[in-house]
Amino acid sequence: MQQNALSSEPIVSLRDVQKSFGPLRVLDGVSFAVERGEVLALIGRSGSGKSTALRCIDRFEKVDGGEIVVCGHRVDRPDVDLRALRQDVGIVFQSYNLFPHLTIEQNITLAPCAVKGLTASQAKDLARKVLAQVGLEEKLHAYPEQLSGGQQQRAAIARSLAMQPKVMLFDEVTSALDPELTGEVLKVIEQLAADGMTMVMVTHEMGFAKGIADRIVFMHRGKVHETGPASILTSPVTPELMQFVGTGNLKS
Amino acid sequence: MTLQLDFPAVLERWPSFLAGAALTLELAFFATVLGALLGTLAAVGRGTHNALIAGACKVYVETIRNTPLLVQIFLVYFGLASLGLKYSAFTVAVAALTINVGAYTAEIMRAGFEAIPRGQIEAAEGLALSRLQIYWHIILLPAIEKVYPALTSQFVLLMLASSVCSQISAEELTAVANYIQSDTYRAFETYIIVAVLYVILSLVMRAGFWGLGLVLFPRRRRLGTPL
Ligand SMILES: Nc1ncnc2c1ncn2[C@@H]1O[C@H](COP(=O)(O)OP(=O)(O)OP(=O)(O)O)[C@@H](O)[C@H]1O
Ligand SMILES: [Mg+2]
Repeated sequence: MQQNALSSEPIVSLRDVQKSFGPLRVLDGVSFAVERGEVLALIGRSGSGKSTALRCIDRFEKVDGGEIVVCGHRVDRPDVDLRALRQDVGIVFQSYNLFPHLTIEQNITLAPCAVKGLTASQAKDLARKVLAQVGLEEKLHAYPEQLSGGQQQRAAIARSLAMQPKVMLFDEVTSALDPELTGEVLKVIEQLAADGMTMVMVTHEMGFAKGIADRIVFMHRGKVHETGPASILTSPVTPELMQFVGTGNLKS
Repeated sequence: MTLQLDFPAVLERWPSFLAGAALTLELAFFATVLGALLGTLAAVGRGTHNALIAGACKVYVETIRNTPLLVQIFLVYFGLASLGLKYSAFTVAVAALTINVGAYTAEIMRAGFEAIPRGQIEAAEGLALSRLQIYWHIILLPAIEKVYPALTSQFVLLMLASSVCSQISAEELTAVANYIQSDTYRAFETYIIVAVLYVILSLVMRAGFWGLGLVLFPRRRRLGTPL
């Protein structure tokens, strides 16, 4: 019923978000918004709070202050409907986290059946579809440990897609992979972006961020230090971002 | 001094031995099934945020693990009797064995639960599965798989320990042996046969758990990785 109102609002918005772990202030007034169909890349040094910010969006961390709205859910509120939120948000982790005792097909069909009430045959069709999207149709009946890291990560993306989320969150999904396997995962994400998926990704792949992101958020010491279109990576304003892309370029 | 063994005198009572062995196996079966359930619930309970439930589960587990089985059996037996409740020796034995093995199962399952990586649970939460669904689909089987050898050994030990149920005259294998040896005055032969029968029962149980493992963990079967 709120569809029309929602479509004009950002899919994800953070306003003045505060988060501390004990005495350590990890997010110190973070604000950014992601519009429908937009790809936002969170970059920054290790420890700058990127993962924490991403995890707050899906409420894997509770914020201390500020406002987070995701697909109409007030995530900062204690009474947020977590399961409704997580049906709208897909999250993919660095360590894949496929369920080892289930086949790839079972990994994918579990949540659509258990949460959305799909029948087994509907879910199996869906599994085929999302696996085709990530180029893994032939691994339907394999177990996770039979797959390479890159294949496992693509399967994890497919598992997330099967819930038909409105926004996808990626936290350094290629960091655990050998360089040869990084490309196949990034290609899948690029295709998702081309298909119009709204995405927030934490990434260390500067070239990739430059190519795919509509907006860059550079985090530094728990704050959004600089933000703008992908071009800020080539012409940064702040010395911190300048230094960061400098070292980043050296690395790649 | 020579050792004179007269097995035929004892072996002619084979139907009694067999009945005793069957009852022992039956005791072990029910106590294993019920104890596995009870212990798993207690392990879940110990991990909840509800301090009352967690505390109660902890008291249960620690009390049982620090008292002798025979005393537990007497407590159930005389406890029920003093409440005016009359149950068969078999029922009392199953109840006491269940309570006993449940506590050990709880400790083993707790280790299994703790061995599940946090990321597994977060991935499941991220897919909007409920707590119950996460326990059922994501945690339970992998946790059992991780502790399956310890768990099944515990159940075999339980079957062996059920011999103390002879004290409340449940007609299990050891109780049968006690009658036979006092009838025949052939104690040594009787207990040799009983020992052999216990070994066979243990092997039967281990084979059963091996088969159950094949059903529970199809991935092991597919990938050919032994437990
Ligand atoms: N659960 C936690 N408890 C305590 N401290 C934490 C916790 N999670 C993160 N931190 C701390 O918060 C800070 C920011 O962590 P975060 O993981 O958000 O950084 P990041 O930008 O993602 O870094 P990286 O690039 O290394 O992944 C770090 O100093 C980290 O040690
Ligand atoms: Mg991180």
